[in-house]
This record gives sequence, structure tokens and C-alpha cells, in this order.
Amino acid sequence: MNYNELTAHEILENIKAKKCSASDVYNATYEHIDKVEDKVNAYVRVAPKEDTTSSIDETASTPIPIAIKDNICIENKETTCSSQILKGFTAPYNATVIDKLKNTGAIFVGHANMDEFAFGSSTENSSCGVTHNPWNLNHVPGGSSGGSTAAVAANEAIWAIGSDTGGSIRQPASFCGVVGLKPTYGRVSRYGLLAFASSLDQIGPITKDMTDSALLLNILAGYDPMDSTSANIDVPDYTQSLVNDVKGLKIGIPKEFFIDGIDPEVKDGVNEAIELLKKQGASFQEVSLPHTEYAVATYYIVATAEASSNLARYDGVQYGQRKMASETRKTKLVDMYEETRAQGFGEETKRRVMLGTYCLSSGYYDDYYLKGLKVRTLIKNDLDKVFEECDAIITPTSPTTAFKIGEKAKDPLSMYLSDIFTISANLSGIPAVSLPCGFSKAGLPIGLQIMAKPFDEQMLFKIGYTYEQQTPWHKKRTQLT
Amino acid sequence: MTETTQQQYETVIGLEVHLQLSTKTKIFCGCAIVFGKAPNTQTCPVCLGLPGTLPVLNKQVLDYSIKVAIALNFSVNSFIKFDRKNYYYPDLPKGYQISQFDHPIASDGHIMIPIGENNFKRINITRAHMEEDAGKLIHDNASNASLVDYNRTGTPLLEIVSEPELRSAQEAYDYLQTLKLTLQYCNVSDCDMEKGSLRCDANVSIRPVGETELGTKTELKNLNSFKAVKASIEYEVKRQKSVLEAGEKIIQETRLWDENKLISQSMRSKEEAHDYKYFPEPDLVPFTIEASVIDEIAKTIVEGPQEKRERLVKDYAISDYDARILIQDPELSRFFEECTKTYKDTKKICNWINGQVLTELNSRKTKIANISLKPENLTQLMDQLDSGVINNLAAKDVLGLMIDSGQSADTIIKEKGLAQVSDDGTLDKIVDELIQEHQTIVTQIKEGKESAIGFLVGQAMRKTQGKANPKKIGDIIKRRLLHA
Repeated sequence: MNYNELTAHEILENIKAKKCSASDVYNATYEHIDKVEDKVNAYVRVAPKEDTTSSIDETASTPIPIAIKDNICIENKETTCSSQILKGFTAPYNATVIDKLKNTGAIFVGHANMDEFAFGSSTENSSCGVTHNPWNLNHVPGGSSGGSTAAVAANEAIWAIGSDTGGSIRQPASFCGVVGLKPTYGRVSRYGLLAFASSLDQIGPITKDMTDSALLLNILAGYDPMDSTSANIDVPDYTQSLVNDVKGLKIGIPKEFFIDGIDPEVKDGVNEAIELLKKQGASFQEVSLPHTEYAVATYYIVATAEASSNLARYDGVQYGQRKMASETRKTKLVDMYEETRAQGFGEETKRRVMLGTYCLSSGYYDDYYLKGLKVRTLIKNDLDKVFEECDAIITPTSPTTAFKIGEKAKDPLSMYLSDIFTISANLSGIPAVSLPCGFSKAGLPIGLQIMAKPFDEQMLFKIGYTYEQQTPWHKKRTQLT
Repeated sequence: MTETTQQQYETVIGLEVHLQLSTKTKIFCGCAIVFGKAPNTQTCPVCLGLPGTLPVLNKQVLDYSIKVAIALNFSVNSFIKFDRKNYYYPDLPKGYQISQFDHPIASDGHIMIPIGENNFKRINITRAHMEEDAGKLIHDNASNASLVDYNRTGTPLLEIVSEPELRSAQEAYDYLQTLKLTLQYCNVSDCDMEKGSLRCDANVSIRPVGETELGTKTELKNLNSFKAVKASIEYEVKRQKSVLEAGEKIIQETRLWDENKLISQSMRSKEEAHDYKYFPEPDLVPFTIEASVIDEIAKTIVEGPQEKRERLVKDYAISDYDARILIQDPELSRFFEECTKTYKDTKKICNWINGQVLTELNSRKTKIANISLKPENLTQLMDQLDSGVINNLAAKDVLGLMIDSGQSADTIIKEKGLAQVSDDGTLDKIVDELIQEHQTIVTQIKEGKESAIGFLVGQAMRKTQGKANPKKIGDIIKRRLLHA
């Protein structure tokens, strides 16, 4: 097996046993990028090899090649959210997670592609081209962290960092057959993450298996005085939760999640996983999350409202692309704003900014935004109630496997529904993980979602790790050449 | 139309005051607040609103705001929440201002403003809320470009909104004066209108006397001095009257005051007004302040200006008029109280401070805090005056010299030779000379015109360059001419 197909924990063992060096792993990764990146387009920018090689610290604790979603600031690197409006914006500072990764010796391979400003579920809404699913290049990798999950699935990075606002780590992880974890809101600092929806966004690890996920979350998690919404509570060592034992655990299966229209292969994959965990000693019960049907609508009010305000700063004044009106007589300030944003933003971005602006407008605020916040509370209450009797909830990550490129691009509403199972975790702030639980007949990965109580990521590792010990899915690698 | 049938109007004014809090660092980042620095040198990614940055509340801003809230008799709202006020302008780097909308830190306050000599009127203050200041736009005519200086961005502001209970430009002026004075006693801001650390917008409307509904208001901006506040309101009331008397309607609009032309001009009408789309700031988690924190801050509040006025009258037996002057500057009243520790004639020292000292300060356009004069310098001067070493005239000169040089009264008297001549032999000789030189006056005095003595005393002072002891000279003249 090539070094770039290994997990980080395997690489670290090899380095420890002096069977390879961090540079060997990086070189293998970089060579593979050279070979397959044209087909996958996982990255918007790959760091020059010479610069990166010189910065590798062989003695560091985790000198692992990592892809960073293009919405996380790296000092002196262009960071654009895959948007034209931020073209040329070079971050003058590191995101907190970047500093943390740097301290452990992580090697930054490049910025990974994404739906512009994380608005999308397929990475088709990128101004830097579509990313292709490494399992089948005609299919989407999911989104919005599709570049990050594709990079890991295509062995173009060992690890990746994504952000999850409504499923943007878990849904593409599901589509690409990798492990994607959205931590509890407040577990990981958002400082340096270009905001989509501040009350929902969370940075999380994308890896090949649960063990790597625990290693990477150990690095990312923790209180940050630069982020008022980060939780000032102790972080456990997540590798301690990598135990092959689910005996006595009570797991809920929400009846509302197994809806009509769910792909039968996905349903079967998840049901097989449930049966397997039952055999390992977990008990399952049907639970109800009655407000699930309002989750998508609620999400698109709250998330777009916050986004419309968060994106206001992209006005052409301080940084990024400034466009002046083509007609010379139009030289008013407002014309510069309009032209900059009209040319700089893509279709989906404009759609969401307009939707969010509408929801916050005087006369509509109470009917939309305020009502959205109320329903959000109801959705959280539903989950709290279930967690009174259950340790975890298991669902499919997405109703389908990866769809074809272009299949849903013209139908935003059906695209929005691919996040139907993931959104509740963001609205309620709870942690959730997607891990591979099989493949469709067409050879596309199926994702299993596990959700747990706030700040109980350990439960995700416990159940996910146990599942992995009984299954081969996390060991499958794509074979692009 | 005769005078009696003419419609009488009542003026309704509410003031919005922005107070810049003098914290060491900005409201949501660690940038130092220093004025007069080169543009864009007092900034960081957070206050520049760069992508990915997040605000963190400066605790000192909260403490200062609570202090002001207590001093202005507000009830402090322990639930602290921030909101975003969304609008586009180049001096606002995030495209929104972090402010407080539905849960201001303070509500239902009031102050008492003086009405005439001994009366007060209560003015209710609706609310006070914390927010961040914007940057400054500079229009460069040479390059025909607009430049932005973000140094001011993120400076903490407390916006204080009065009820529309002010009924004249003078009342608005008095409210602002009283408010400023109370704020100065909190020691949380420069309160300097010219420097922009205290800013004021006025909402003005008029209505027929007896009407209870409010008339259409206009908002006056760019009021950079107390004078401008008063003049702009007086102008606006006249303007609104003439609009109504012409049978037209007042348009709700924002008007900019032009201090040179002494007129206001329309800036934007309500149709163009912003929809600020307020919503809770998701980057700052709401929290609750403990009652004990508020109690602790309350303890740091020294007496307010009115309490101080009452105490000064009571403790030092000075007039209410004098006390009012002293409290206008907290440092001046502190100076007075320091002086009384060693100088026991409180009325006399008060007269000197409110008279001579203030005259000297005003002529130098400065304040007691900015000069080197110490209370012991003044009391020493008073002692020298009382013991007759110098006379009143010389004392005034010495005061001026003390303020300019920072030297003690003793040193100046000695160096300048200002000690008065009280020696009987010398003074007798001078009087001899005067009697010789002014025979006509002498005759008048002898005939009973005692007021002419003053003339001779004045001549004596002239002969001695003001050093003669005028009382003694007067006594000698009386003894020689009247009792001889």
C-alpha cells in the first residue's frame, strides 16, 4: 500500500518504527495529487512542494498532510471560500485551528474546493470548478466540504478539515466514503472560519476512520478566548473512547427519518449497521422527533438570515475584488456595491443573501426569523427529550448516495433535501458523525450518521469504533490513476 | 391675523447622546484606543472586520456602562445581549454595527435639570445601550478619492436616548449640560464635544399648544458644540413654524446643521431611511450579570454634581451660586476642598477661586487640571495677603505668575520684590510729598470730602509701583488731615 493510502495512526506507527518519514508520506501524497487532481479537482490551490517540504518537522507529533477547506484562514495564503469576490484576499492571520495544527506539525497541502461560501450540497456551486467524486467521477462528492472529503477519499490528503453548517462535513463524507464529524457547537473555535451562519457553523475533522477522527479532534477541540461562543470546558482525550464495546447502550431510531423517497440501498445499509450493533449488545428503540419536517425550512430561514449579514462585508471596499459600474456615469458608492456583488457572487449565493435579507426585513422578521428561532427551540427540545432515554441516535446521513453531476443543479429545493437528516444536529448544536456503512450496487458509498448529546463526542467514537471493528468499509480505498 | 388669534406651538425635543467611553482598549478587540495616530495604525483583523474574525466583549466597557447607568438613575438590565444593525457604508467594515436593540443595558433613567435659581425639572431618559463606533471617511479633494481611517472603528460608545420631554432649545441645552456634568463625575469619558467623545443628535417637532399627539419630527445632526445644539433647535423650531403657517406639512427627515451658515439642510427623508434588519448577534453569547457585580460598581460611584453642590453649601458655608460654579468642573471643586484644609476662611478662598483663578484660567482657555497650580500655592498666597506682606493688586499678579511659572507664591514675591511697604517712616514721607503736591485735594478733604482720600491713596500706589500698603496710607492721610 502507498503511504498516501494509509491512515494517520498507521503512518505514525510507521514513523515510530522508522519504516518511513513524514517527508515520504508528503511526497507520496504530492505525487498522487500530480496524477489525479486533474480528474478530481479537490483543491482550489495546492501549496508549492518546495515551500512545504522545507517546513516539514520530522520530530513533530503529527506531521500529517492535511487539506484545509477554503473558508479557513491560513496566514499569508489566499483564502476565498471558492468565490470570485474574495479573489486576491490573503489572510493576515491564522485561524485558531490552523495554529493548533501547526503546533503539532501538520503539513498544509492546500485549500480544498467547496460550494461558494459553503452554500450547497454538491460542490457544484464553486467558482473554481466542480469537484468529482473519487468513487465515480461522474458523480458529485457532496458538499459543501466536497473538496475536503474528495481529497481524503482520493488519497490526495491523509486528513482534511471541513466546516458543517447543515451537514456540510457529514453529507460529503457520506458521499465519499470517509469519516466526517461535526463536533458540538462550541467545541472547536470558529476564529478564522469565514462565517456562513454563525450560530450553526462548526469546524470538524474529515478522516479515513474513527481512530484518525479522534486524533484530529484532539488537536482541534478546546476553548478559545478569541471565540466567545467556544465552550470553556475540559476536552477529554478522544482516543480513550476508541473501545470495541457498545453493550448496554440505548440507541434511538427516529421514525420520522425513515421517510418515503429514501434510497432502498441506503435504508438497507443503515438497517444492516443497526443489526450489527444489536449483535454487539446495543439496544435499539424507535423514537420520535416530531418537528423534523420543519427542520429544512427552519434551517433555510436561520442560516440565510445570518449569512445575509455575514456576507455584507464583501462589499469591495477593503479587500477582494472591487468592480466599478461599466457605465462611467454611474460612479455612486451604491453602484460600486451593486456591481461588486453582482459580479463577485454566484447564483446560489445571491439566492441565499436575498432569502436571508427578506427574512430579516422589517415587517417579515416576526413571521420568518423569529418563528424560525422558535421552531429551532422545538427541534432542540425534541432531541433533548430523546436523549433523556437514549445514549445516541442513528440515522442515514443522506437519503441517497452521491448523485450525478448536474442532476440537481437546476433544482435547489431537491438539493436542499439532501441535508434533511443532518440539519437537526446543527439547529440543536449536538455532535454527529458520518461513517461509511457499505456501498451501493453502483459502487457508491453509503453513510451512517450517529448523533449524541452535547459535548458527548466520546459516544460517537465508542459506537463508530465498535462498528468499524466488525466491518471492512473504512479500509476501502479508491484506485484512481 | 392679530397677535391673539395666532396659533401657539409647543416644542418637543428628545436628545440622542453618544458617549465615547475612555477604556484602554476597543470594545471587541485588544487594540489600544489612542487618538491622533496615523490612519489605520490602531487596527487589527477583528476591528477591521476581516473575514473569519469574531468579537469578544471588553469587560471594562460593561463596567463603565453600568457605572453611567447607576449615575443616571437607570435600572440596569442584568441580561446582556447584543444585536446586529445592518447597513452599508465604507466606514463600517463588517456591513453591520454591533449594538443593543431590544435589551439595552439600561432603561428608565432620569436626571434633574435646573430651571431658574432654585427649581428643577425631571427629564426621563428612555434607555442607554452599548455599541461600537465606526471609522472615519476622509474625502481627499486632491486625488478626488474617498479614504477610510479605521482607527476609531470599535471604540466603545454608550448611546443615551432621552424621552421627548424637553420643551425648548434652552431646556435641551440645560439637559445636555447636566448630563455632561453627571457623566464627568463618572470618570468614564472625556465628555468633549469638540473632540467628538460626546456627540448629540436632536429630534425636534412642534405641535399646537394643548395637542397631545406628537408632530412630525426631524432629526438634527452634526451638532458639534453646545452652542450648535441650541442654535440648531431654535432654527428648526422657527423653520417648522413657518412650514406649518404656510399650510404645508413637516417632512420627516434628517437635517445637517451648518455651523458657519447657521442653517440646517435636508440630508435624507424617511423614504430613503434604512431598514436596519436588527437581529441577535450570534457571535456573542447573551449572559447575565450578577447583582453583586452591579453593587460593586455602584460603590465606585462618588457623589454626583447635585449632591456635591448641596454638600459644599452645607460644609463650607458658601453660597449656592458659588457651589454651582465649583461643581461645573469636578477638579475645581476638588481644588477648593483641598484649599480649605489649610485655609480656614472658606468664603474668601472660594471667592478667589471662582473669581481670580477662573479669570486666569479662562484667559488661558484651560482648566485647573491642566495647570501646575497646587492648592498649597494658593493658600500660601492668601496667607501672604492676609498678613499684609502683599496687597490685593500684587496678589493678583502673583497668581498669574504662579500659573505661568509653577513657582510658589513666596518665591515670586521675593524675586519680583512685590512685598508691600508698610514701614511707617517710609509711608509718612510719601504722605508728606503728596500733601505738598495736591493742595487742592487736601483742602477738599479737610472740608469734609472724605472720598477724595481714595485719590491720594491711588497716587501713593503709583509712586510705589503698587507696593504701598493702601490701608496704612489711608490711615496716615486721615490722621494727618482730619484728626490734626
